[in-house]
Amino acid sequence: MFQRVENVDHKKNEIHGAAMTLKLKGYAGNGTFAHGVHPPDHKDLAKGASIRVLPTPDAVVLSLHQNIGGPCEPVVKARQTVAWGELIGKGTSFVSTTLHASVPGVIQRPMRMTLANGRHMETLPIQTEGEMPAGRDLWEEIYGGHWPTNGLDAYDPQQISRDISAAGLVGLGGAAFPTHVKITPSDKKPIHTLIVNGCECEPYLTSDYRLMLEAPAPIVTGALLAARSVGAERIVIGIEDNKLPAVESMCKAAAGTGIEVGVVKTKYPQGSEKHLIYALLKHQVPLGGLPADVGVAMSNVATMAAVARAVIHHKPLTHRVISVTGKGVVNPSNVLAPIGVSFGALIDYCGGLTADAARMVAGGPMMGFAFSNPNTPVTKGAGGLTVMTADEIRAGEESTCVRCGKCVDVCPMNLVPTKIAMASRHQNIALSRRYNIMACFECGSCAYTCPAHIPLVQLIRAGKARVVAADRG
Amino acid sequence: MQATDSKQPAVPVIHVAPSPHLVQTASSTRWMMVDVLIALTPVVAMSLFVFRGYALFQLAVCTGGCLLAELLFVRMRGRPATVKDCSALVTGIILAMSLPGTAPWYVGVIAACVAIGVGKVIFGGLGMNLFNPAMVGRAFVMISFAGALAASGFEDLRSVVDAVSQATPMNAYKMNGVVTDLGNLFWGTTNGSLGETSALACFLGGLYLLVRRTVSWEIPTGLLLAVAAIGGLADLVGPADGWTVLHHLLGGSVLFGAFFIATDPVTSPLTPKGKFIFGLGAGLLIMVLRLFSGYPEGVMFAVLFMNALTPLINRWTIPTPFGGN
Repeated sequence: MFQRVENVDHKKNEIHGAAMTLKLKGYAGNGTFAHGVHPPDHKDLAKGASIRVLPTPDAVVLSLHQNIGGPCEPVVKARQTVAWGELIGKGTSFVSTTLHASVPGVIQRPMRMTLANGRHMETLPIQTEGEMPAGRDLWEEIYGGHWPTNGLDAYDPQQISRDISAAGLVGLGGAAFPTHVKITPSDKKPIHTLIVNGCECEPYLTSDYRLMLEAPAPIVTGALLAARSVGAERIVIGIEDNKLPAVESMCKAAAGTGIEVGVVKTKYPQGSEKHLIYALLKHQVPLGGLPADVGVAMSNVATMAAVARAVIHHKPLTHRVISVTGKGVVNPSNVLAPIGVSFGALIDYCGGLTADAARMVAGGPMMGFAFSNPNTPVTKGAGGLTVMTADEIRAGEESTCVRCGKCVDVCPMNLVPTKIAMASRHQNIALSRRYNIMACFECGSCAYTCPAHIPLVQLIRAGKARVVAADRG
Repeated sequence: MQATDSKQPAVPVIHVAPSPHLVQTASSTRWMMVDVLIALTPVVAMSLFVFRGYALFQLAVCTGGCLLAELLFVRMRGRPATVKDCSALVTGIILAMSLPGTAPWYVGVIAACVAIGVGKVIFGGLGMNLFNPAMVGRAFVMISFAGALAASGFEDLRSVVDAVSQATPMNAYKMNGVVTDLGNLFWGTTNGSLGETSALACFLGGLYLLVRRTVSWEIPTGLLLAVAAIGGLADLVGPADGWTVLHHLLGGSVLFGAFFIATDPVTSPLTPKGKFIFGLGAGLLIMVLRLFSGYPEGVMFAVLFMNALTPLINRWTIPTPFGGN
């Protein structure tokens, strides 16, 4: 299942061959995990589309809450002029991070907006004024140039973490957890392995895939820096075996650095932190625990590229690559866009919506958030915009559970989703706890599979909220 | 944001809903039922071949009875009609296949009404029932019309259909120690409940269900393992009368029960481990009833008893979550 970097001279077909063999030496895991589902991935829509650079928009809207954890508070005033990349917000707690102007311009009056995830948040709008690099120049500015793989010992582990915090980095894979909290030296929980997550297991999305093809060098440099900060001796880039060109690209870029590329099985949710660790290293992260509990730090490939830029060039996170894809978009594309641009502007840039477009989803179709207002701003964690058509979303009418157990067969956490869902429908907190409701991470495999079309994830979500409320007393 | 089709006057209608936004379109409860119907084809075909008019008559009475009972009782409860989910049709066919061809029409009708009414709708309809509806109906008539469903009720010496003029293999052995040829049990040219006689037909249907993953392999495997183990033991320690473990497996309704009755998802456990325990328990009870009770066969009571244990089995087999100890 695995291709090690030492074999980097291999031609593509040989990498393909290696990926098909079951297990290569050096990994404890067998490249997969129990259960999970195989939804149609529809990556063909956008995987051939090179990343295009969005022309600087007229305005952006930056949410003051971009990440899991605390929001940031503004350090600028309305009508103040800011430069591209200037600090406009600072974190309010440790699990919180900074915010920077993603375009040069004038700060407008703060306003409340509904984000794609449904939360009403205070935002800072910026009216664009002044010049910043555009097109190919912007790409070169962010991902181009030379990315060193040697001499990184000169960077102090603590300083790397501070630079990451100063750049406002959050996990770009979707969860948007502040990166400096994970990538920091720790004596309490020593880290032996850094896993760079290049699985991108959500259907449709191709932004990480394109980045691995088009900018592998900063990913490698960022991974080396992050590993230096956490003190990991081993670095593994985990990629699903439906992205072999990315495997090849990363192998080439990582040659001679000691970074390994682990090819894992294509299966949803392979990109889940716990499941990728299990597939590669066979460690089970304890319930309610973190990867650090088994000596692992994990971060997404796009985050690694941003780490490299933050540490080496001291540049903040202002742009990210977003897949604008789905059958409801005229020209599915991968776009380098500033944080805070509206999803509507991205859709317009990609040719608009098709006539049968029916649902806009921030993220991928399995875990993403549906929203209806095209002015909704892009946040740091948004890796994609998937527009689905009426045919794709037409769900059958809900019927009663026939206890077929298909949800049990696919649950990657080995839970009994129907029992938990019914317990939370009947507001039975004790029963939902007995069935380990809090272990659910809402991947959606159960609801995807359910022949009775029961909204299992939604019911479990409501149940979890009830359990949390009960715990608070 | 304009729709590209200029004839569309407005922006497309955008829906919002919670994730996941993809559904597996190929799967629905109705399709599961249709799968069972497809799997029942060889069984039904074989029963028509062996029992001719008896099978046709019983199928008509039971499926008609179940469909009408479903319409009637669901309406009485003021619920939306559920005939379209095909579950009443499945119950009807399984009920017909579990009755003797010679049973009079009112037995089938009463069994159908009890199966749907008491077995299912009273509990709240499909998915809510505790006991396998077809088996509830059958148990009711078996006790109410002891004569018609006792071993002698299967036989009609004047019948022109060969199979019906013989004793059932299970009863012939129980009463007289007569051992039926394995070949006849395999092909199904013996007397018995309509669907149980042909081991081959049950295998074919069961294989289809397993390949389609409509039923899980754990229940039939557990059941057949338990029957084989205890049957083998009885073979070893019992008298050498020629009734072997293979007769236990191929004779009676073990195979029909293993693939079509015990596997009813509603009344069996949820987890793979629970399903296996359920299968083992059912197989064990079948053999206990066969060897030690007055009845020649025990599939129906074994399944009903295990149905009653299902909630407990579910409780005992809550799986350990990934990362838990």
